[in-house]
Amino acid sequence: MSATSESDIGQGSGDEQPTRRDFIHLMSGSVAAVGAAAVVIPLVHQMNPAANVLALATKEVDLSAIEVGQAIKVMWQGKPVFIRRRTEKEIEEAAAVSLGQLRDAKARNDNLSGSDDATDGNRVKASDGEARPEWLVVVGVCTHLGCIPLGTAQGEVRGDYDGWFCPCHGSHYDTSGRIRKGPAPENLAVPPYQFLSDAKIKIG
Amino acid sequence: MSHQSTYDPQTGIEKWLDKRLPVVRLAYDSFVDFPTPKNLNYWYTFGGILAICLVVQILTGVILAMHYTPHKDFAFDSVEHIMRDVNYGWLMRYVHANGASMFFIAVYIHMFRGLYYGSYKEPREMLWILGVVIFLLMMATAFMGYVLPWGQMSFWGATVITNLFSAIPLVGESIRTWLWGGFSVDNATLNRFFSLHYLLPFAIAGVVVLHIWALHVPGNNNPTGVEVKDVKKDTVPFHPYYTVKDGFAIAVFMLMFAAFVFFMPNALGHPDNYIEANPLSTPAHIVPEWYFLAFYAILRAVPDKLGGVVLMFGSILVLFVLPWLDTSKVRSMRYRPIAKLWFAVFVVVCLALGWLGGQPAEGVYVLWARIATAYYFAFFLIILPLLGVMETPRAMPKSISESITKAHATTTIGGAAAQPAE
Amino acid sequence: MIRSTRASATLVAAAISLASLASTAEAAGGGAKELMHPHFGFEGVTGHYDKEALQRGYQVYRTICSSCHSMKQLSFRNLGQKGAPFYLDECPDGVPETTNCSNPNDNPIVKAIAAEYQVQDGPDDYGDMFDRPGVPSDPFPRPYPNEQIARLANNGALPPDMSLLVKARHHGAAYIYSLMQGYAEPPASVEIPAGQYYNEYYPGDMSQYLKPEYKDAEGHPLEGVEVPPGGVFAMSQPLYDGMVDYADEEMPETIEQYAKDVVEFLTWASEPKLEERKKLGVMTVIYLVVLCGLLYASYREIWSKVDH
Repeated sequence: MSATSESDIGQGSGDEQPTRRDFIHLMSGSVAAVGAAAVVIPLVHQMNPAANVLALATKEVDLSAIEVGQAIKVMWQGKPVFIRRRTEKEIEEAAAVSLGQLRDAKARNDNLSGSDDATDGNRVKASDGEARPEWLVVVGVCTHLGCIPLGTAQGEVRGDYDGWFCPCHGSHYDTSGRIRKGPAPENLAVPPYQFLSDAKIKIG
Repeated sequence: MSHQSTYDPQTGIEKWLDKRLPVVRLAYDSFVDFPTPKNLNYWYTFGGILAICLVVQILTGVILAMHYTPHKDFAFDSVEHIMRDVNYGWLMRYVHANGASMFFIAVYIHMFRGLYYGSYKEPREMLWILGVVIFLLMMATAFMGYVLPWGQMSFWGATVITNLFSAIPLVGESIRTWLWGGFSVDNATLNRFFSLHYLLPFAIAGVVVLHIWALHVPGNNNPTGVEVKDVKKDTVPFHPYYTVKDGFAIAVFMLMFAAFVFFMPNALGHPDNYIEANPLSTPAHIVPEWYFLAFYAILRAVPDKLGGVVLMFGSILVLFVLPWLDTSKVRSMRYRPIAKLWFAVFVVVCLALGWLGGQPAEGVYVLWARIATAYYFAFFLIILPLLGVMETPRAMPKSISESITKAHATTTIGGAAAQPAE
Repeated sequence: MIRSTRASATLVAAAISLASLASTAEAAGGGAKELMHPHFGFEGVTGHYDKEALQRGYQVYRTICSSCHSMKQLSFRNLGQKGAPFYLDECPDGVPETTNCSNPNDNPIVKAIAAEYQVQDGPDDYGDMFDRPGVPSDPFPRPYPNEQIARLANNGALPPDMSLLVKARHHGAAYIYSLMQGYAEPPASVEIPAGQYYNEYYPGDMSQYLKPEYKDAEGHPLEGVEVPPGGVFAMSQPLYDGMVDYADEEMPETIEQYAKDVVEFLTWASEPKLEERKKLGVMTVIYLVVLCGLLYASYREIWSKVDH
């Protein structure tokens, strides 16, 4: 009852009443909106990788069993990673290629900045920035449409450049994992990795 | 109370859309300009609260389904995966699990409100019947949802409830096998329950649309039970008057919801459901979730298997014919002094049945459950039909606005003198 | 105003009666002694775990419980996640700078714990399974490969999985705490079968173990005979004073302390997100109280012009 008479007076005598009223509605409206917005955070974030998936984000690999000239395939974050212990010949072949001959002149090495050149020296650098030409570590996913290139296991086709060959659409990679022929636009990506000891790396 | 649309599209795009698909007009007429009795109290906010509950359950449910695995070997572990690994998974799951309880709290209050104010009576019979349909769908959904975590209570609850169907003469056994998809509750059962648990909420949403439609044809009932006489004097537009009132009630309800989710998330659940289902060992006491306890008490009150099942389902089915059982011309119990008392006893009886459902089915508990069950049915089948004929109702106000003026005259002492001048 | 308070009071009352309904439903069963309930830091609205107690609790689990009880839901990495016993904000000395120790996978303590175990992996290129040292993503090893062997080794009883034990028992924390200390000499009036152990807090029925001279012809206890509290079950007393060596010299090495610590650890194991939950809960409740206040003010303002 008293509220009714108050607002009657308010309407007659000035605009103090409406501003207070508007302010309250504005406040409750915006506080409700903030709450609704906050609710969106968990609703969206739940689709990001769960803790058990994140636990597999890094992987330690023992290199001691790999002979010179051999390569292994390990799973990392659901993708194959190729680790090749290269022969002297393969290293020389890779180093002899000039940048001009490359389809993709970027290093594509996650341990380096994006602008580095695709020299073989840059391709084999680990997270400490040191090049270890004997070891080539690349993500085994063709940069064209995501197939797995051949050439890691003994006896598989290694393509025209002695590295890897993707059977899906015929992309050829060299002994540094760089694209040389075929539809793939980029060199095979080098994942972030770190040498924990001479014979042990951590990928990711 | 169907009214002329007052929606007046202003912008070009609104006009364009209105000619082709008048959804904005529909929303405007239903939730903005809809004339609503001005005397609705807080008991009337539970419709809005229930709408929010349904949205919360569907939203969190769809998310949980992204991480859950409906297979007997993985279901329990996948729920724990949600609780431990998924980002905010624990929040989603606790909101969903407690959300079911909140949903039932709200729906029971909503139903008792409808009973008290006679909201099921002519011309709102369809509105009431659709509500009972929603309630049945809710029960089915909640029951199947409780099976999904595949804990001990999930498994044995499913076993006990599906076994009820075997009480049906002749075809019972076949129906049970058909429900199970096997010879016991097993992977096939879990998988189909998951499918149906995902489907039914959308069926509920569909019936809710019909429920609101059936509400908006005759318009809201109100605490006086007197129909709107003069739209100007008796009603206010739904927005902003009831959006803000419902909004406030929803916020208060959320406060209680949050208290459960964040500070006692397992208070309404049973510890046995944190033990993975084991078909070789039955828990000492199988109890359903609290919201089924009253019906469970009715089931166990009858010494005969088929009789118990019939009474349990009958206790819900009787609600369908309630509009024709209640013979009173007066809608609201506010003006029915005798019916009001019987109603109060009915509420106590329902609560008692809920409590009895959680007690062991032995000794004095069974006796009390039988008395309560008898009253439950007597209320609908004997008391309401007879009272309509025998009771002398109190004088009713001529209109909603008159009831308000009268109420103020009696509550404000000083106002009594001022009233006649108005 | 009166009407609104009444409505909200009804809501609260409904909530309380529901909660008490649930607890009365639970109360049925055994004549066990009333549980001991010490103060646990994780209880209450702002409850949180004591990291050192968690570490000691893990030590007790690892040394004693894990020889019979599995923890299927836990992996080593869980020990290094936020709020866990061995979570590290910063790396200890001697770990390369590039390592992020707050990541459970790189946490040196967790890695060392995992590496203490040999985990079966494979098959290798020759189709053989092989053993390798554990890594953080491996699950806790199980004491028994299957339920049958577990029962065989434990007099037919199955040691329950411990990852959810606290939530899978009524008043789980107090119950386990009490049970660990509830082993007592059985009273003279009862006869305990071989391979079974008497515990004052175990929910059971001791009347069936009364010696014949205390029972009538139908097997009911004679008048005036008091049935002892508790029950019997297949687990022998697992904890004794001095059994586990704590690094902290100040910590008493008693059954009581072991029980308290292992309960802290088991509670964390069944509810690892408790701290996060309560923190978010406090914020949510504060927010909702503010929102309720504002909406109520809005509501009063809007309805002030209408007689209702």
